[in-house]
Amino acid sequence: MPKKPSKASPSKGAKKAPARRAAPGNGASPEDLLTYYRGMLAIRRFEEKAGQMYGMGLIGGFCHLYIGQEAVVIGMQAAVTERDTVLTSYRDHGHMLARGMEAKGVMAELTGRRGGYSKGKGGSMHMFSHDKGFYGGHGIVGAQVPVGTGIAFAHKYKDEDSVCLTYLGDGAINQGQVYESFNMAALWSLPVIYVIENNKYAMGTSIERGSARTDLYQRGQAYGILGEQVDGMDVVAVKAAGAKAVAHARAGKGPYILEMHTYRYRGHSMSDPAKYRTKEEVQKVRQERDPIERLRGVLLDEIGIEETKLKEIDREVKAVVTEAAEFAQNSPEPEASELYTDVYA
Amino acid sequence: MPIEILMPALSPTMTEGKLVKWHAKEGDDVSSGDVLAEIETDKATMEVEAVEEGKLGKILIAEGTDNVPVNTPIALMLEEGEDSSALAAAPAAPAPTASPAAPAAEAAPVAAETVPVAAETEWDGPTVKMTVRDALRDAMAEEMRRDPDVFLMGEEVAEYQGAYKISQGLLDEFSAKRVIDTPITEHGFAGVGVGAAFYGLKPIIEFMTFNFAMQAVDHIVNSAAKTRYMSGGQVSSPIVFRGPNGAAARVAAQHSQCYASWYMHLPGLKVVAPWSAADAKGLLKSAIRDPNPIVFLENEVMYGQSFDVPESDDWTVPIGKAKIVRQGKDVTITAFSIMVGKALEAAEALAAEGIDAEVIDLRSLRPLDTATVVDSVKKTNRLVSTEEGWPSAGIGAEIAALMMEHAFDWLDAPVKRVCGVDVPMPYAANLEKLALPQATDIADAAKQVCYAK
Repeated sequence: MPKKPSKASPSKGAKKAPARRAAPGNGASPEDLLTYYRGMLAIRRFEEKAGQMYGMGLIGGFCHLYIGQEAVVIGMQAAVTERDTVLTSYRDHGHMLARGMEAKGVMAELTGRRGGYSKGKGGSMHMFSHDKGFYGGHGIVGAQVPVGTGIAFAHKYKDEDSVCLTYLGDGAINQGQVYESFNMAALWSLPVIYVIENNKYAMGTSIERGSARTDLYQRGQAYGILGEQVDGMDVVAVKAAGAKAVAHARAGKGPYILEMHTYRYRGHSMSDPAKYRTKEEVQKVRQERDPIERLRGVLLDEIGIEETKLKEIDREVKAVVTEAAEFAQNSPEPEASELYTDVYA
Repeated sequence: MPIEILMPALSPTMTEGKLVKWHAKEGDDVSSGDVLAEIETDKATMEVEAVEEGKLGKILIAEGTDNVPVNTPIALMLEEGEDSSALAAAPAAPAPTASPAAPAAEAAPVAAETVPVAAETEWDGPTVKMTVRDALRDAMAEEMRRDPDVFLMGEEVAEYQGAYKISQGLLDEFSAKRVIDTPITEHGFAGVGVGAAFYGLKPIIEFMTFNFAMQAVDHIVNSAAKTRYMSGGQVSSPIVFRGPNGAAARVAAQHSQCYASWYMHLPGLKVVAPWSAADAKGLLKSAIRDPNPIVFLENEVMYGQSFDVPESDDWTVPIGKAKIVRQGKDVTITAFSIMVGKALEAAEALAAEGIDAEVIDLRSLRPLDTATVVDSVKKTNRLVSTEEGWPSAGIGAEIAALMMEHAFDWLDAPVKRVCGVDVPMPYAANLEKLALPQATDIADAAKQVCYAK
């Protein structure tokens, strides 16, 4: 089958726009926009709470927060259905919440308790939910990419029209196994969408210092995989690009690459002092591109949603997070006998 | 009620820190994300951000204070609508409580093998003479007929009919949908197999040899073997990684290595290494049906050897069960894969010298059938372990340790290991022969533990 070369088509939203005059609704209904707002806010409040609980010693080990990147998973989730599958790396809390996994179960896994999605045996980086089509939660940078390609292989093998969203970062994109996966996905026309969350830093290494070419959406060009750059801080633009990619993969036309330009506000993990970038850089993104503030502006100024409505959502979200935090602290630690379970089926 | 801001833990190992500097002053309005203070941890100096909106009511720990334990209140925040009069109502700062200590590890049984092992049925029906090669092919074909979720993937498995002709004829019968040629990308296609297994398919991933599986080892270890545990039992990897292992002939260091001990090390994996065609077939069928990830180690030299194989599509061999292939009373010899033949050859030579050796084909390395070896040692009181791999941290090292734990009082001599010589495999024919354990080496070792030499 002849493969078309990859084309750059940066979405309109990629222009830097001030917070209050961000991308207009772009055809999304007010209900959709409110759903996105609630979804993004739920992730942010969850992550802030997780950061706080880490500080209190309730969460151990590594904890990679998703704050700043919320529009990516909420926009992509709006473009897929329940029968589609999702997997990502270790910065996975937002993906699970977007997927509809319960905040309580995710938070209780972070605290290493019985009520966690992995019974407290996986932790922040390793969580799964068959019911929600979420296949991890992978701690090895880039390893989720062939695994996601394999889930897409299974979708095709079973003659399902599902697609697999395989998320990876701007660090993982340089792993060799990513290109092995691109090759097989294109060769076999697998229904997989590689969502590159380019947040500019692979731990402390900026993309310019780690990648010979920084236009990551073109990384599939050698395999004839179409790629697109998207303003990953604009949930509506993400949803639009996601819908296009999903339609492509679902129609049996093979893989698709979406490069989401996004930004994480916090360090790589909780113990990262983030000396590799300036405070001004972070502050500028927060002020000018924050996905939640941008959408809030659209909702208030363009759609005419009452501020009280947004406050109500804030309260509801806060209540869910508070309940999750309480559950995560009250759920008992796993029984000692759990040490030996789930090694073999 | 004012909110206490606690001294945060900012690294996995931090227990206390220095409050270097306050960025906010008492009375400042702060919003979520504003930097409140700088704290020096055991690793770095970090900024502490406000999580909630409010007014910084009171600073409890002055800047410059050293050794502030994690969870000590360092400041009080006033919520919306509160003024400084609320500070008086704040509870006295409680003494910081240490985070709950991890419960002491329970005394673990040594090498807890919780894996149930099925009983083996003795076959007394008709048999057919068959090579190991054909037995492996028949095992795959029968299981693919039985279960549409089983598929074979690897380099040259389809159109080429298998680099070693193990998959001969499968493409014709099962089509390219289920017999899939891959590009030469072990890391990638091993991961693809694991993903397919997560989603419920039952992949057989063929490595042209296990030497090349080193490219894929991360997916065997981190993706396949650990996921069931990490997911609290939700996601399994019913996958078989198979291919030739160990030395072939004259292919030198990078193509001649036994990986048995590498994989035997890993909880979550099962490891099988058959010798006879009957066991190759019966164990591969069990491996394909098993809901766990299996490393199935074959041997290229064995592919062309013929054995009697039960004539049945339903006959299987349980994983985790060793087989006594020669009864004897004077010394036990353990072996697996190609070494079983060499051990039997040694036993014949020993018999001529009046030493009656018992030979155990381990067949499965994880779970290892320790009981069969222990029972044999209780009878013979002497043990020689054989393997093609190197001695260091090898199968023999493990068996020797197990005998110390389980059969110490029955041993009349130290356990002896016969292994590959501790060098990379040489190419020259004479050196290669010297590097590999031979039947004579096994017989010599048996005589030593019998104090007959």
